[in-house]
Amino acid sequence: MHGIDLTIIWAVIIAFGIMMYVLMDGFDLGVGILFPFAPDEDARDVMMNSVAPVWDGNETWLILGGAGLLAAFPLVYSVLMPALYIGVFLMLAGLIFRGVAFEFRFKAGSHRYLWNWAFAGGSMVAAFAQGAVVGAYIEGFNTLDGRYVGGALDWLTPFTVLTGLGLVAGYALLGSTWLIMKTEGHIQQWVYRLAPWLLAAVLAVFAVVSVWTPAVDPSAFERWFSVIRLIWIFPLSALLFALLVVRGLRRRQQSMPFVATMGMFAFTYLGLLVTKWPYVVPPNYTLWDAAAAPGSQLFLLIGMLFVIPVILAYTAWTYWVFRGKVKVGEGYH
Amino acid sequence: MELDPLLLSRLQFAFVVCFHAIFPVFTIGLATFIAFLEALAFKTGNPLYTRLSRFWIQVFAVAFAMGVVSGIVMSFQFGTNWSNFSYAAANFIGPMLSYEVVTAFFLEAAFLGVLLFGRNKVPPGVHLFAACMVALGTIISTFWILAANSWMHTPVGTELTDGMFVVGSWREAIFNPSFPYRFTHMVLASFLTGSFVVAGVSAWYLLVGREVEANRRALSMCLWLILFLAPTQAVVGDYHGLNTLEHQPTKVAAIEGNWETTRGMPLLLFAIPDQENETNHFEIGLPKLGSLILTHDLDGEVPGLKEVAPEERPPVWIVFWAFRIMVGIGLLMIGCALAGLFLRAGGRYWRQPQFLNAMRLMTFAPFAAVLCGWIVTEVGRFPWVVYGQMSHAEGLTPSLTGGMVLFTLLGYIAVYAAIFSAGLYYLMLVLRAGLESIDQDDEEVHDIERPKRPLSASHVGIEEGGR
Repeated sequence: MHGIDLTIIWAVIIAFGIMMYVLMDGFDLGVGILFPFAPDEDARDVMMNSVAPVWDGNETWLILGGAGLLAAFPLVYSVLMPALYIGVFLMLAGLIFRGVAFEFRFKAGSHRYLWNWAFAGGSMVAAFAQGAVVGAYIEGFNTLDGRYVGGALDWLTPFTVLTGLGLVAGYALLGSTWLIMKTEGHIQQWVYRLAPWLLAAVLAVFAVVSVWTPAVDPSAFERWFSVIRLIWIFPLSALLFALLVVRGLRRRQQSMPFVATMGMFAFTYLGLLVTKWPYVVPPNYTLWDAAAAPGSQLFLLIGMLFVIPVILAYTAWTYWVFRGKVKVGEGYH
Repeated sequence: MELDPLLLSRLQFAFVVCFHAIFPVFTIGLATFIAFLEALAFKTGNPLYTRLSRFWIQVFAVAFAMGVVSGIVMSFQFGTNWSNFSYAAANFIGPMLSYEVVTAFFLEAAFLGVLLFGRNKVPPGVHLFAACMVALGTIISTFWILAANSWMHTPVGTELTDGMFVVGSWREAIFNPSFPYRFTHMVLASFLTGSFVVAGVSAWYLLVGREVEANRRALSMCLWLILFLAPTQAVVGDYHGLNTLEHQPTKVAAIEGNWETTRGMPLLLFAIPDQENETNHFEIGLPKLGSLILTHDLDGEVPGLKEVAPEERPPVWIVFWAFRIMVGIGLLMIGCALAGLFLRAGGRYWRQPQFLNAMRLMTFAPFAAVLCGWIVTEVGRFPWVVYGQMSHAEGLTPSLTGGMVLFTLLGYIAVYAAIFSAGLYYLMLVLRAGLESIDQDDEEVHDIERPKRPLSASHVGIEEGGR
């Protein structure tokens, strides 16, 4: 495979997979986070119905990312999993509870409130854990000879708690703008009122993290203020999208707030990637240090190039089939 | 007492993998049975097969959903608790597991929805095709998982350089020496599990006189299947054992409870192995039969446990007894099949209460047999995670402490207990509602209630147990 760097191709695939995961599971986790604050039980039915047909497709990206990471960048997998041991457990427990709540809430009678809590609690814990992972990633990992050598709770610092709460707010924002698009009447009015507060919280965390990051990661400071100035295009784009969200909410637009929130997320994510490039296990290991054998990368790439378009097509088809508003008292047809 | 992260990690892996395995081992067999029913319905046009299929698809959906949920945990276990192993074996294990995910996704994306909800929306031929593809998909998933597992038992086609296995030949590594036996043994075990569950549930319905015509038909089909599958499984198991003798003699020695390398080894029926004193107590055995089975010669030489150092021997009593439970259940299965054949005369197989009761109780037996089989093969390879190349201790995550693993082990037990008791309880309600629930089944109503989720395939309410 002269001339083609498989490692770069895989980096793009994994980065794309993670972004798809964050954007897509993000809004359905967000719906779960908003669950306890819903005005009534009808609203909860509609909220759950709005994501029920798509949420497990959204989580496919997580599993694909996890397995792909093991296959393409074993070092990332074998350092991050031990380093985030407790966090990974909490995230999985959260995802399991909310996953099963999807199945059982509609079947339950008087125990429905328990499944409501499983859905909301599971979503919050999973979102927080993912946010903390982002923070831990910015801080970097304590490694020696390619092995994680830190403690069980190194990932839990004031900084990562902030990023954890930030992602909870961020997912809630995604969830609320998704609901603006998918609901109507009193439910939509409720999320219209809620979304600006969530946006304010997200921007506040965004600002604090931006100021704080150079303190936990000196190389970030260097990258932002001395090397490539073009990098500023990412946060500026993210802020531009934030303005679009504000405008969309003011004008009571249906889809714009959701689309603009996704744009905000995407550019923040790209900004983070550029800050760390080319390190995948900060602060010590680059993409190429972490890569699997070229033969293994190629073996799996053949399957992936075949399946990713199918996943995208299937995803698009599902969203098309279940397009439109979800009404109280009915699901999709 | 110091908590040992190695032992606790092994316990945790055993717990989550056993819990997970219960569901796929059943759904793989059931998917094939459903495809079989759909084919019969398509060919004969008999609505009875359609009703049976619709009922068992509901059960399939619930078990499949639980298998998927518990499977998510598995893909993270390797990294969290066995990071050194994950890193070293990633070049092979990574693509295998990823291809399994890809296969499972394909199955779910393209065909599961059609099978569950598409009966009235697509032509019958397409629905039958979807049923076949779901069945095929579960078997392809098995293929990837067992390729990875078999390679860990008989690692060939790879070379360990700089702490990483690099794949030299994919063909050799995937189709490694123990793979064909392990894969066949597992697929047959899944088919047997599916058959015994359907037979047991049908027998239960027949005992209380529910839907006699359909359930009699289902029981009959399963008994024919078992009559073919159970003896075949015994033969395949024997070949698998011979393969193990060639590649992992210590495991076979533990299975036989054989300490000394010897000729004319007896076949032990009962013994209490004593690891410390390297001997057995209360042996009851059949002379020379062990050698005959393993070498096809009454005086054939079989290696004993003392060939390897004490610290390289697996805990003998676990392997010894797990094997005997598995084989005992296998023999019971063959007995059931023969009894069923004998009772065909005059149609007694669906009328005789003792036989129906026995089949009802046998519903759970295949699960026990499968778990015991996995315990034999996984405990029996101790202390190796990649046989002969990497030990459990070398594969463990270095930063792990006993307290961390204890925390997550208790956590997984709590999560699984909560979630799966709900799942199994619901499965029982679906079974209790039975085939009668099919008739009022209106898939349109159902779409409203709950869009496109596996459990939407059933509309048994959780509390009423009816609708």
